[in-house]
Amino acid sequence: MDFDLSEEQQLLKDSIERLLAAHYDFEARKRYAATPEGFSREMWARYAELGLLGLPFEEKYGGFGGGPVETMIVMEAFGQALVLEPYLATVVLSGGLVQRGADEALKADVLPRIAEGRLFLAFAHAERQARYDLANVAATARKDGSAWVVSGEKSLVLHGDSADRLIVSARTAGGPRDRGGIGLFLVDARAPGVLRRGYRTQDGLRAAEVALQDVRVEPQGVIGDPEGGLPLIERAVETAIAALCAEAVGAMGAMHAQTVEYLKTRKQFGVPIGSFQTLQHRAVDMFVALEQARSMAMFAAMMAQEDDAAERARAVSAAKVQIGRSGKFVGQQAIQLHGGVGMTMELKVGHYFKRVTMIDLMFGDADHHLSKLAEAGGLIAA
Amino acid sequence: MDLRFTEEEKAFRQEVRAFFHTALPANIRRKMEEGRSLAKEDIVTWQRILNAKGWAVPAWPKEYGGTGWSPMKQYIFLDEMQQAPAPQPLQFGVNMVGPVIYTFGSEAQKQRFLPRIRNLDDWWCQGFSEPGAGSDLAALKTSAKRDGDHYVVNGQKTWTTLAQYADWIFCLVRTDPAAKKQEGISFLLIDMKSPGITVRPIQTFDGGREINEVFFDDVRVPVENLVGQENKGWDYAKFLLGNERVGIARVGVSKQRIRRIRELAALETDGGRPLIENPRFREKLAAVEVELKALEMTQLRVVAAEGKRERGKPDPASSILKLKGSEIQQATTELLLEVIGPYALPYQPEPEEGWNEPPIGPDYAGPIAPLYFNWRKTSIYGGSNEIQKNIIAKAILGL
Repeated sequence: MDFDLSEEQQLLKDSIERLLAAHYDFEARKRYAATPEGFSREMWARYAELGLLGLPFEEKYGGFGGGPVETMIVMEAFGQALVLEPYLATVVLSGGLVQRGADEALKADVLPRIAEGRLFLAFAHAERQARYDLANVAATARKDGSAWVVSGEKSLVLHGDSADRLIVSARTAGGPRDRGGIGLFLVDARAPGVLRRGYRTQDGLRAAEVALQDVRVEPQGVIGDPEGGLPLIERAVETAIAALCAEAVGAMGAMHAQTVEYLKTRKQFGVPIGSFQTLQHRAVDMFVALEQARSMAMFAAMMAQEDDAAERARAVSAAKVQIGRSGKFVGQQAIQLHGGVGMTMELKVGHYFKRVTMIDLMFGDADHHLSKLAEAGGLIAA
Repeated sequence: MDLRFTEEEKAFRQEVRAFFHTALPANIRRKMEEGRSLAKEDIVTWQRILNAKGWAVPAWPKEYGGTGWSPMKQYIFLDEMQQAPAPQPLQFGVNMVGPVIYTFGSEAQKQRFLPRIRNLDDWWCQGFSEPGAGSDLAALKTSAKRDGDHYVVNGQKTWTTLAQYADWIFCLVRTDPAAKKQEGISFLLIDMKSPGITVRPIQTFDGGREINEVFFDDVRVPVENLVGQENKGWDYAKFLLGNERVGIARVGVSKQRIRRIRELAALETDGGRPLIENPRFREKLAAVEVELKALEMTQLRVVAAEGKRERGKPDPASSILKLKGSEIQQATTELLLEVIGPYALPYQPEPEEGWNEPPIGPDYAGPIAPLYFNWRKTSIYGGSNEIQKNIIAKAILGL
């Protein structure tokens, strides 16, 4: 076991941090967020230049063959800078689905273009009634000759408004909550029958509600087994959760550092408020919560490459529980210790808090994953 | 970064697990599983088994009987030993005074004491805390005045764990009352058979008899029993306490406890069904497991960084291990209590204490409430959790 970054990993971390330091201060972020797409295409091109957009893909598709540790490095840095670009939607989620599920031709078509920064994807999976149940899919896909016709309503599609193509999950067989009978279909976001309503999310990112009416998908647009897509979805979501854990750790680390800095500089009663033991201990509790979260983000990265699906799912759930709980504690305390100024839109700390709050509520909150983990028999083998 | 155990580390884990499986005497294993208190001979027996195997003091330098294992292998060894579950080797010798002696002691002290620590021929206890010096340890008053070739020691130590079995005590004593409080302290090794030493037991509220007061009344200690230099004892004590915190997370102990909780919760019924099927209970248990897994990863991070740190300079992050480790251990004893529910009520002492009645309720219930009560100590000893927070605030956060 080795927790040190390799030379290449250190290089990756340094170059991302340099890039973000140069182009992603809080003012720049506000500008990017204020554009109609809610992010910076210029930054996207820079990520492509650095190789980030093909990071997890095989070399033959223009990628770098990176693993979950590399993704963790990127996402933690993104969390620190509160990055807005659709990395999770395009590279981690959609790229992951294509990489694991698509046939050779589709991979060769899609992955190099993602890596070059020329294609935005989004994963249109969630539906109004599904909450956190990944198998709850009511959208349908019916066979029409060799093609499929997809209809239904997808909700909370991360960066769905700016995507060029959508990966849509739809039911090809079975009842609305059956594990079997779910397929994945690659749909042109501008195809006839696709209606998108984009909006801003609480944390300043973007999402869309997507309605599909009789959208035709040719056989080459089907990803994997049209009746057996759920394991693929679960795997992609687990990878996304591991990535979000790292992003949350980046955000928590920044919140904690800013809070400690504030405790050292803010004076009341003639002394820095950080000289008060109550506040010192609170800052320590935040630190412990942060380090426990960091440990679990690493655990999630390690287990995201585990082949045993049950073990992988338990590990990822455990990490999401820790991240949710730590994120809530660190975030709430960061606001509290900043006092009144912590409540202002002007200060970055509230924006971090919003992001970690949204991360908890994506792909299952702490309670959801705790109950999933408990049902699966916990973490420690008998 | 590669967060998987190497093949070599996995093989090593199998090797030590197999050894513990065959070498740990069944009666000791049973007591450990049931959370019963151990007799002196249990701890001595186990230490000698380890010593015969060459595994008595893995962390020590090879020249003093250490194994030369990497910090990661030492961690795996400890983790497996705790999960066996086997008794922890007596900390006061192996993890405390032993490292102080081989790091700061004289050649004669090394020759005399180290082999006897490895084999637990000498039972050591720790003379640090005093009635007026707990968290403020440097306020200690026990004095040692030079008289020819001897120090004459007067004063009182307290909370002295298992002093009733001890052959030796290592003490912090004040040798220069005029100096600043940290600068007048020395580190003395004192034979418990010396005239003038009185040991008085303190009973803990769980009924246990593991701590004591130790009184020194004109106790004469040969000068050769001074460790290192006079008035440098505080440095040695800081070194010792740093070593103490590394092993204090007890992740393996908590893992084993969680297995025990699950096992007993399958035997207890709740609403006609096994308690373990109660979702509320199951989620409480899972929440502790999550914290424990995070702590294990944190521990591994500290361990992995250990090889790269200056010896005797513990990672301040090890304070997290103490904080979280104690909270989790306490949470597991609380869950055990919840598992047996009303059958925690009957007071059922150990057979060694002269109680030979048939068990009231399930035979596993007896030790659990005392264990829960006793385990409140873990957030107090070894530097209370509030002191750990002070350390983190100062050393890590710079507050």
